[in-house]
Amino acid sequence: MNDLLSSLTAALSTGAVRVVDLTLTLREDFPTIVLPPEFAQPSPVRIERLSRYDEAGPAWYWNNLTFGEHTGTHFDAPAHWITGRDIACGTVDTMPPEDMIAPAVVIDCSAQSAADEDFLLTREAVKAWEASHGRISPRSWVLMRTDWSHRRGAAYANLRDDGAHTPGPDAEVMRFLVDERDILGFGTETIGTDAGQGGHFHPPYPAHHYLHGAGRYGLQCLGALDQLPSRGAMIFAAPLKVHEGSGSPLRVLALAPGGQT
Amino acid sequence: MSAAPYTSVVLCCPVTVDYTRHSIRPAAWWVARALAGLAAAAGLSHRDFDGFSLASFTLGPDSAIGLTQQFGLSPRFLDFLPLGGVAGIVGLRRAARAVQAGDADAIACIGADTNGPHWFRHSLETFSRASQDAVYPYGSGGPNVSFALIARAWMAANGVRREDLARLAVDSRTNARANPNALMQKALTEEEYLAARPIAPPIHLFDCVMPCAGAEAFLVMREATAQALGLTFVRLAAAIERHNAFPDDPVMLRGGWVQDRDQLWSMAGVTPGAVDLVQTYDDYPFISAMQFQDLGLCGPGEVADYLRAHDFTHSGDRPHNTSGGQLSGGQAGCAGGHLGLVEAIRQLTGTAGARQVKGAKRALVSGFGMINFDRGLGSAAAMLEAA
Amino acid sequence: MMVEHFPRKNPLLRTQTPLLPPAARSRAAHLLTAAACAGRFELPCCTTCNAFAWPIPEACPKCMGEIALRKAPQGGELLSATVAEVPADPYFRERAPWRVGLVKLDCGPIAVTHLGPLKEPGARVNVTLMLDRAGQAVLHAGPQKGGAMQDDPQWQDMVANPRGRRILITDARHFCAIPLTQALVKAGAAEVTLGLHDSWKPFEGRGALESLPCVKIESLDLGSDRSIQDMAAQIGGKIEILINTADVLRPGWLMSPRAPVEAKAVMEIVAFGLMRLARGFGPAMASRGADGARSAVAWVNLLSVFGRAHPPELAGYAAAHAAALALSHAVRAELATGGVRLMTVLTGPTEDEWFQAFPPPRVSADALAKAVLDGLMRGLEEVVVGDVARDLMARLEENPKAIERELAQGRMYGGAA
Repeated sequence: MNDLLSSLTAALSTGAVRVVDLTLTLREDFPTIVLPPEFAQPSPVRIERLSRYDEAGPAWYWNNLTFGEHTGTHFDAPAHWITGRDIACGTVDTMPPEDMIAPAVVIDCSAQSAADEDFLLTREAVKAWEASHGRISPRSWVLMRTDWSHRRGAAYANLRDDGAHTPGPDAEVMRFLVDERDILGFGTETIGTDAGQGGHFHPPYPAHHYLHGAGRYGLQCLGALDQLPSRGAMIFAAPLKVHEGSGSPLRVLALAPGGQT
Repeated sequence: MSAAPYTSVVLCCPVTVDYTRHSIRPAAWWVARALAGLAAAAGLSHRDFDGFSLASFTLGPDSAIGLTQQFGLSPRFLDFLPLGGVAGIVGLRRAARAVQAGDADAIACIGADTNGPHWFRHSLETFSRASQDAVYPYGSGGPNVSFALIARAWMAANGVRREDLARLAVDSRTNARANPNALMQKALTEEEYLAARPIAPPIHLFDCVMPCAGAEAFLVMREATAQALGLTFVRLAAAIERHNAFPDDPVMLRGGWVQDRDQLWSMAGVTPGAVDLVQTYDDYPFISAMQFQDLGLCGPGEVADYLRAHDFTHSGDRPHNTSGGQLSGGQAGCAGGHLGLVEAIRQLTGTAGARQVKGAKRALVSGFGMINFDRGLGSAAAMLEAA
Repeated sequence: MMVEHFPRKNPLLRTQTPLLPPAARSRAAHLLTAAACAGRFELPCCTTCNAFAWPIPEACPKCMGEIALRKAPQGGELLSATVAEVPADPYFRERAPWRVGLVKLDCGPIAVTHLGPLKEPGARVNVTLMLDRAGQAVLHAGPQKGGAMQDDPQWQDMVANPRGRRILITDARHFCAIPLTQALVKAGAAEVTLGLHDSWKPFEGRGALESLPCVKIESLDLGSDRSIQDMAAQIGGKIEILINTADVLRPGWLMSPRAPVEAKAVMEIVAFGLMRLARGFGPAMASRGADGARSAVAWVNLLSVFGRAHPPELAGYAAAHAAALALSHAVRAELATGGVRLMTVLTGPTEDEWFQAFPPPRVSADALAKAVLDGLMRGLEEVVVGDVARDLMARLEENPKAIERELAQGRMYGGAA
């Protein structure tokens, strides 16, 4: 077994295995999810300087950070959603660490999403993808590539009078992926694992509903999915170990075979 | 300078609308029943009254002028008097002068109030700014506490004991038993009066009136009109009123009658011995006693002896509140001040039935009311004579 | 110190809903509220002919002059007395028989008053202007020789006597926590719990506090919802007096490098901590305002006078205390539904080490503790402690712009005009 890890170290140094950073920079202007005003809103990201080699601290630089658990590139644990409220070990500090390292498949919806900002991934589309790429393995991440992370600011949030318009999964595909493909989690490049208009689906927010109800996980605001192969990448997604936390911003790294995707 | 006599003006048509302890009707309904009673007694339509004088506490949101439209009146004299027990005589004085001067011909004088389970407390809470700021927050005992504070001082100053006041309550109840409309019909003994539960010492249960719904009314009319209609009537020989008398007295040991009684007797042209019956405003027996003394029916400081020496029943030697007064009849809000006038008219026109005072020719009626802060502000009195 | 034994509450019985005495007052009557809150005996007086008036008129009945509040002698003569056996209002009905007096005040007018255990007209009385359970100003006539009215239930219902009560002091590290606890124990408090933040840091006062009878120290962090909820879940229904001593004393100018971080830290504890505390403990206290002999009676905030008059050298600190003072109006209103009084105690510079650079006079821990006890025993709502605070408040009330300028020029202490 030692050889396996030694081989991996070697492969990393030669580039046979490359590290891909799937994380967007956590900045103060990162768009947060916006809820109706009658509900409690998360803090925006705040990076508040304590000192930077100055009178407030001559030899050091450090900051206070403020952010909501679900801001920036972040992880959703089962406890985040009502359907997951009774899942054992459903918070970031109790979930099995083994779940933080897992294989991933990437389903490319970038062309469809460029044409239709409300594009929905369906069961048919996944089955068609499986016809070319093989059946999705159990306990994998399914990542929906839309290249949405190339957008910035208002175009990234894409809010209009009737809410957000961003691509995502429909209800049926989420039930299928959880019940019939036993996925570990679902990841997107947009704000939220659900489509922008997901509140109107049945059930509302089906990605949250089905994933967390089955004790599975979510990743969102991912980047660089265009640098991953359709199959074969390994995802490292380890949220902060916050007491009874429902999720956190985190560094998501992928190990992918070197060379082209 | 003395006031002009009241000539060519008479009082007639005494009307009582049967009291009930609680009523779901608004005050305006009680006013209407009184108006109807006056019309029936006078043999006229209520629209024939060209004057409307109303005393009420619970009329809101209606107003006297609003009721002219509601009831189809078009009066040329209108008066509204939320003055409690002094409203009857104050209203009478104004109505009499108006008729005397030819400003009106037939003025309906009505005191009416409704009552419900919440009215009493509500009226205490909103009675006056002084009460709200400086009385109600202190135990919320209402007038019973305010008058208890006065009673204690007055009784001590005049050597009056509860035993002396018992007679007034007992005789009032005897009189009430001859009045089918009176709400308290059960006989009362002196022992029961003395043993009654304390409310705010020295005020005990049978010192207190029962608030109720009801109306009392009479007409003030040009004498010629009354004669033409064939109505029996009485004359107004004298009347006084005073508000906020003796403001520097620390406690109310005397009412405004002391200041104006000489004018009353001189206008009436008689002495106390000529009075056949007295109607005092009896919110508490001791207040009746105060009126006896302050009006000069007995000498100053002699009221204790006076109380002990006389029989106040309708058949006694000093007939007093012959229908049972408020103490036994019930206090229908502002109507309590009209009650004495209405009963006096009955007595002087020989229509008091089982409680008729034989040969009654002259009645002294007294009014009192409006405790704004720590004392009653209004005092009034009138002398009525049989025609 | 013997602690009175209070019988335990029967858990099967319904808790009595707190009722309040009639609270309606005219606007003019609220002239008295400010005086009663601070324990001053001031009555309506004509500014033209100097005659006192009662009740409060819109104009002087003697000369129609304007009315203002003026200090009055506290003596009077009892003219008459009675007892309300059947009050109309439910609050008084529950507490009947209720003694009422008619008093000739030495300053002139006649007044209806609450009455101490006195019965005989002719007696000399001492009259106090105080707050009733509805937080409205009322007059009370008691025996002339004083006496703290300890055993008079009518008086006790209007004040916040610590005797027999369970008390929470929110910050054990406050410089007056020890003398305050000692004074409360001496006054007969049944239990005093002190909250301690950062219990993993050393706390020198632990020994002195834990040596007192019926004193406990528990972790409490006013910056944490969870910490407050956890303590409220355990003892929220067992606190009759809450004394909020939490503070983060950090003097500093606006442009100081640490200003933003420190201002936030003060705000978090002093303002938002008060909000958390009120949300955690307020409703339970309000609901227990009439809970038998051990009813909830008072909430005390120890705040800085600099929340009212704001010197630039205490920029963030003053702002946080100003926020807390504003918030305390909301807290007061919430507690008032149960007849629980909120008392604000303002001090100027104290003998806390963070005020070390400020010149004397500074308020000592003993003086502050004494002022808190005095305020509770008299049922006060606004207490200002120490010469500097009193001076600042007087200058502020007289001319807010003048004191703003004076403080900006560094003239915190009154001096040549």
